[in-house]
Amino acid sequence: MTWFISPAHAEDAAPALAPAVVSPAPTETHTEVGHEAGVKAPFPPFDTQKYPSQIFWYVICFGLLYLLMKRFLVPRLSTIVEGRATRIANDVEEAQRLRVESDKALGTYEKALADARSSAHAIAQAGTDEAKAAAVKQRADIESSLTAKLDAAEARIGEIKAKALGDVGSIAEEAAAAVVTALSGNQPSADEVAAAVSAVSSK
Amino acid sequence: MANDPIHQFHVKEYFPLGTFGGMEFHFTNSAFAMGATVAIVVGFLTLATAKRSLIPGRLQSVAELAYEFVAGTLRSSAGKEGMRFFPLVFSLFMFILVANFFGMFPYFMTATSQIIVTFALAMTVMLTVVVYGFMRHGFGFLGLFVPSGVPMAVVPLVSAIEVISFLSRPISLSVRLFGNMLAGHITLKVFAGFVASMASLGALGVGGAILPLVMTVGLTALEFLVAFLQAYIFTVLTCMYLNDALHPGH
Repeated sequence: MTWFISPAHAEDAAPALAPAVVSPAPTETHTEVGHEAGVKAPFPPFDTQKYPSQIFWYVICFGLLYLLMKRFLVPRLSTIVEGRATRIANDVEEAQRLRVESDKALGTYEKALADARSSAHAIAQAGTDEAKAAAVKQRADIESSLTAKLDAAEARIGEIKAKALGDVGSIAEEAAAAVVTALSGNQPSADEVAAAVSAVSSK
Repeated sequence: MANDPIHQFHVKEYFPLGTFGGMEFHFTNSAFAMGATVAIVVGFLTLATAKRSLIPGRLQSVAELAYEFVAGTLRSSAGKEGMRFFPLVFSLFMFILVANFFGMFPYFMTATSQIIVTFALAMTVMLTVVVYGFMRHGFGFLGLFVPSGVPMAVVPLVSAIEVISFLSRPISLSVRLFGNMLAGHITLKVFAGFVASMASLGALGVGGAILPLVMTVGLTALEFLVAFLQAYIFTVLTCMYLNDALHPGH
């Protein structure tokens, strides 16, 4: 606690020391306090005489620091720190969004593939059906034309046959008439011959 | 002078600025310390955040660490709403921290070892609390002194105690910081003084000086810890007081 005694020493010593400021070591302690001697020099932090300057400079310094912090440094720092946080959050969100999007795209692709497959199937089916129908129709056409031709041919055959049969009657009559004439010498009437031939041929 | 442990707390007046209202204003070593503190804080933060890189460099990491540290402290005691006071709290923390460290350099003044400076710091906080508290809640701010859930009969007594504790806050806040810095520096100086005075006693003294030298080294480390710790304590208490301004009901 010697420092509390030193002001008292200073008071005693000050007048004597005043001319001897340059004196060596032991007196140096007192010269510091000595220039305020006269009044009792208090413990330095409690020296109210120095308070106005200190408050003045505190207000200036801290005010300046606060102003710079508020306007300039804190926004800068928070942009960096919060910016990084939002950037990470955004990136995660973006990744999530992209994943959902790619899932959706994959779904769409698979659906399109299935659609294409089914439509290809349908087209093939339709093609087959059409070809089948065409073939059936063609076959029916050919068959019907063949049948028509067959019928026509049969009709002609019948005609020819009937005509031939008709011819056969007259030939037989002629032949019969000639045979009768040759055998009996007298010419039979056409009606008698015809009746005889028809009677024979109808047996 | 070399052995006077109080010498370091003298406010030296370098040049006068004039007299105003009967008060003398000077540029002093404590003013220099405060100015240098602000210059260091601003310079450091400006330099550290100059690149604004996404992946921080060393300097930027330190600045971000300080930011996250103070922001975390403020958020945990005053909530997300408390972030409106962040510039103030961050200024206080950086100012006290750097001023304390600045004082650790030999021949430099410790501004925070001046009671008037620490009191001004504490009053900055208390005025902010009171002014913001009344601005935000009007007379509802006085609810701070009437804890809920207390029987009506004891309310006057409890309120009186609350008022006294509120009024003693700036004192405890300033005296804690002032006392720690003052006592630490005095102890350091006393032990360092032992080294010098014992060493001057000859061979035996040199041997005897080893113990105080070791003590001085240890105390220096301790003082660095205290310098940080006091800045932190001041910040934490500030956050708690600011929380009162935001949410006066207990």
